Amino acid sequence: MSKVSEDIINNKADDNTTSAKVKAATVWLDGCSGCHMSFLDMDERIIELLQKVDLCYSPLVDHKDFPDMVDLTLVEGAVSSHEDLEKIKKVREHTKILVSLGDCAVTANVPSMRNPFGVKAIMNHAYVETAVTKDIIPNEVVPELFEYSRPVHNFVKVDLFLQGCPPPADAIYFLLTELLEGRMPDLTKVSRLGK
Amino acid sequence: MVTPGKKVKTFTIDGKDVSGTEDQTVIEVCRENNIEIPTLCHLDGLTEVGACRLCLVEIKGSNKLLPACVTKVAEGMEVLTASDRLKNYRIKILELFFSERNHICSVCVSNGICELQNLGQKLGMTHVHYPYLFPKVNVDASHERFVLDHNRCILCTRCVRVCDEIEGAHTWDIMGRGIESMVITDLNKPWGDSDSCTSCGKCIAVCPTGALVEKYKNAVDKTSKYKKDKLKFLPYLTTMREVKNEQS
Ligand code: SF4
Ligand code: SF4
Ligand code: SF4
Ligand code: FES
Repeated sequence: MSKVSEDIINNKADDNTTSAKVKAATVWLDGCSGCHMSFLDMDERIIELLQKVDLCYSPLVDHKDFPDMVDLTLVEGAVSSHEDLEKIKKVREHTKILVSLGDCAVTANVPSMRNPFGVKAIMNHAYVETAVTKDIIPNEVVPELFEYSRPVHNFVKVDLFLQGCPPPADAIYFLLTELLEGRMPDLTKVSRLGK
Repeated sequence: MVTPGKKVKTFTIDGKDVSGTEDQTVIEVCRENNIEIPTLCHLDGLTEVGACRLCLVEIKGSNKLLPACVTKVAEGMEVLTASDRLKNYRIKILELFFSERNHICSVCVSNGICELQNLGQKLGMTHVHYPYLFPKVNVDASHERFVLDHNRCILCTRCVRVCDEIEGAHTWDIMGRGIESMVITDLNKPWGDSDSCTSCGKCIAVCPTGALVEKYKNAVDKTSKYKKDKLKFLPYLTTMREVKNEQS
């Protein structure tokens, strides 16, 4: 584990053509964007972090394609559909350290509240029983739901888990600064489920 | 506390010399010596059931792990309370609790004061390795003032014991076996239809999770009578019971 995080600092060595900064990304699966908002809550500390980190791909920046290889990806949200699954598999292949950011990624949290009821009942409730305009269950544009929303680590290997709904900005800052120092942080000290 | 007329046993806990009387459990002696062991089903003043297994300890010479809350002290025993093996098992036990029912802390009325949630953080549970079961279980809101949410129940049976042993109503029981077990009121009647419940609120006060709560109140709500004084409230009741017993 610490080998990977050492790689983050030693990144310069095998990548001397481009920037010497740590390459990071963030992705958003089945979540509410709250974890990304908490990321922004780091305020001016983001500017400090950007001296050392290059945010290559994220809902917060403009790049369209996931880069070849990044050192670190923070993932928000549970895996609830094939679309989520394809996304996270691709991210995993192109990421050295994958961090589940927040309870939806760690436990499936709020998206999982539908799980005991089944997709059929949920779709019916949302698009028929409570529909104001037309009662049609969509089968295009919106991705088809998996029977269960599940945490990210049920599908791909996750290296670190930062709990919280959302994790506090201070906890995200701690996570990033520790990794930049080449240490694998103990995150249960800075956050917990539901915080 | 040393009970007069009982034999004193001397032994070690984590290499420290300790003593207790023969009627004491390992957990009592641990608490007297400020040795911390996590517990969920144990509560001072209620009988021990050894239901949650969080208090497991290692005892030299036994290859089984034993629950400290129901294990009596013995002369010369060597107890270990904090080995890596135990720490690892305790986290696994917590993970099983989380995977068996639907625990969604962010929207739970006990968020912030829940004993299960707090232990998760304290013992360093990073995530749940086991597949979540997402069972479909009910919420019983038929009682005038209280709610039972099976989604958050860990079957510690504190409610069963406090209602029986302290209130004397015996409204609660456990129905079913293994993973199918559920707490029930009366003979599995809705709680609101219970003839035995006196609405005393003791079960609400002792429930370690968000499974039993007062209606319209968040558990961290300062105006909630029951959660707030939880830890003070039960020893008071047991003392009163003992005083009464001595008098009669
Ligand atoms: S009972 Fe405790 S662990 Fe379960 S959801 Fe509520 S706060 Fe979380
Ligand atoms: S309110 Fe009192 S009598 Fe009723 S179930 Fe709870 S402990 Fe028992
Ligand atoms: S309702 Fe609460 S006190 Fe009763 S068994 Fe479940 S978790 Fe324990
Ligand atoms: S506290 Fe001992 S088994 Fe629950």
